[in-house]
Amino acid sequence: MAATESARSVSRLPASSWIHNLLQSLGIRGRTLVIAIPFLWLLLYFFLPFLIVLKVSVAFITIAQPPYTHYNEAGHLVFNIGDSYGRLVSDALYIKAYLNSMVVAAISTIICLVIGYPFAYGMARCSHSVRNILLMLVILPFWTSFLIRVYAWIGLLKNNGLINDVLIWIGLIDSPIGMMNTNFAVYLGIVYSYLPFMILPLYANLEKMDMSLIEAATDLGCKPLKAFFVITVPLSFPGIVAGSMLVFIPAVGEYVIPELLGGPSSLMIGRVLWSEFFSNRDWPTASAVAIAILLALVVPLMIYQKYQDKELEKES
Amino acid sequence: MTNRLSWFVILWLVVVFAFLYAPIVSVVVYSFNDSKLVTVWGGFTLDRWYIALANDRQIIDAAVLSLEIAAISSTLATILGTVAGYVLVRFPKFMGRTAFSGMVNAPLVMPEVITGLSMLLLFISMEQLIGWPQGRGLTTVVIAHVTFTLSYIAVVMRSRFLTLDLSLEEAAQDLGARPLKVFFVITLPIVLPAIVSGWLLGFTISLDDLVITSFTNGPGTTTLPQVVFSKVRLGLDPKINALATIIIAIVSIGVIFATIHMRRQEKQRQRDEQMAIRAIAKA
Repeated sequence: MAATESARSVSRLPASSWIHNLLQSLGIRGRTLVIAIPFLWLLLYFFLPFLIVLKVSVAFITIAQPPYTHYNEAGHLVFNIGDSYGRLVSDALYIKAYLNSMVVAAISTIICLVIGYPFAYGMARCSHSVRNILLMLVILPFWTSFLIRVYAWIGLLKNNGLINDVLIWIGLIDSPIGMMNTNFAVYLGIVYSYLPFMILPLYANLEKMDMSLIEAATDLGCKPLKAFFVITVPLSFPGIVAGSMLVFIPAVGEYVIPELLGGPSSLMIGRVLWSEFFSNRDWPTASAVAIAILLALVVPLMIYQKYQDKELEKES
Repeated sequence: MTNRLSWFVILWLVVVFAFLYAPIVSVVVYSFNDSKLVTVWGGFTLDRWYIALANDRQIIDAAVLSLEIAAISSTLATILGTVAGYVLVRFPKFMGRTAFSGMVNAPLVMPEVITGLSMLLLFISMEQLIGWPQGRGLTTVVIAHVTFTLSYIAVVMRSRFLTLDLSLEEAAQDLGARPLKVFFVITLPIVLPAIVSGWLLGFTISLDDLVITSFTNGPGTTTLPQVVFSKVRLGLDPKINALATIIIAIVSIGVIFATIHMRRQEKQRQRDEQMAIRAIAKA
């Protein structure tokens, strides 16, 4: 007994030993502390800020630093829903931008899925060594700057850009097609930037799929195309959901792409929030816009979270 | 039928890769264009825009600042992200676990304008209440970057901890090592490659961030993406092409090197396993 006790104290690191003693004297278990460190960080810097956004969204604008106050002219503390939220519902511009963002994000997600699915399927059917190289090639653009990839499209889409030059050179068109500052450019930018987010979860799912199921189906006389739609697609449903959420949710609030590639008519809610905040210095309205976006994203976020938990459960 | 399908799939792989890489290649090519107009080819120049870039104090200063912010934030985020990933895998039940896992996952998809705005409002409220952080600058940007990059790192670490063989840790524990010692002496060295790739991921994400930085930043600490964004808004600039080419070159070399290294390790592991099996079979 004494021998094991001394062996234990020898095996202790000096540093871990005094931390251990300190925690014991404070009555905190190590496990609690390990959980508490990231938990408290996220509570303070990720969750709490949303409550403050909610608080500011019911404030008055004022000329001060910071430019909002919770007191009305008579000096009473009031929830001012009328100014910020009232503006959102009464001004057609906000509603248009809000709905347009949903539509753009949804259509972009579908385009990503249509492009990404056959691609991920093809990757998963390659031999093991080829697969790793293809995976690296998909991840590589993701590591290079997002801003620079959007910038690259300006050079391609401009009136005297590469695409128009090539089309004129091969004689397909006489004068350049205006592609920059259009909705087309916004879709292209979003699909291009978010495609890897669709491909990766789809690939992860399709790679693990049991091919013997498809063999069994074809052995029983099922046509390959039918087997694909009856077996492969339904089995890959979790991958489809994960990929779609990874594209849809951030795309709704996208700012950089519509700002750089879209025109004045490509109204998206992320741009509205930005200009309310930076140009108009109307923080309550910017906060109300943020709350409105969050409301639309609650359900997609919950679906995404449920998928993440399921994956974790399945693997462990 | 199977052949026809695979034909289509191969063609699709080629077309999508062309789509993914054409813009990147065009940026690189035009960084060697001897013309002020980015999209009009004026002959080949090797170094015109690179020299111009090296002489642009604004870009260089911003780049140095961004690298500094990325290094600090990614280091902090790696510590927090590793702990978060560990907690998610090893502690299946504790109070508030659902909330915790939600807060780890959500920043990955949260639109950046919302994260940026909410963090700025937090910093301002904190300053009013406790007087810290004073103003906006390096501190606030680093805190914001740590918060959203730690999610990416937590996801990387979570999948690493999921596939971790528990027997080594159990053996150490059986021999009397305390949990904290087991973690630092056994677990940490094994997952070190994942930690390194997590750090690199956090570093590049922080280096690239524009929106959250713009909200949480103050005057005097303009980061590289902010400079690039303001220049791009005014139109194309060959210096940006040169900068992009440098970034792309560094990233490509890094990723290719890492992939080769990982494949070698994988092969080594397979060889070791086979040797072990053979040794067992002999005995």
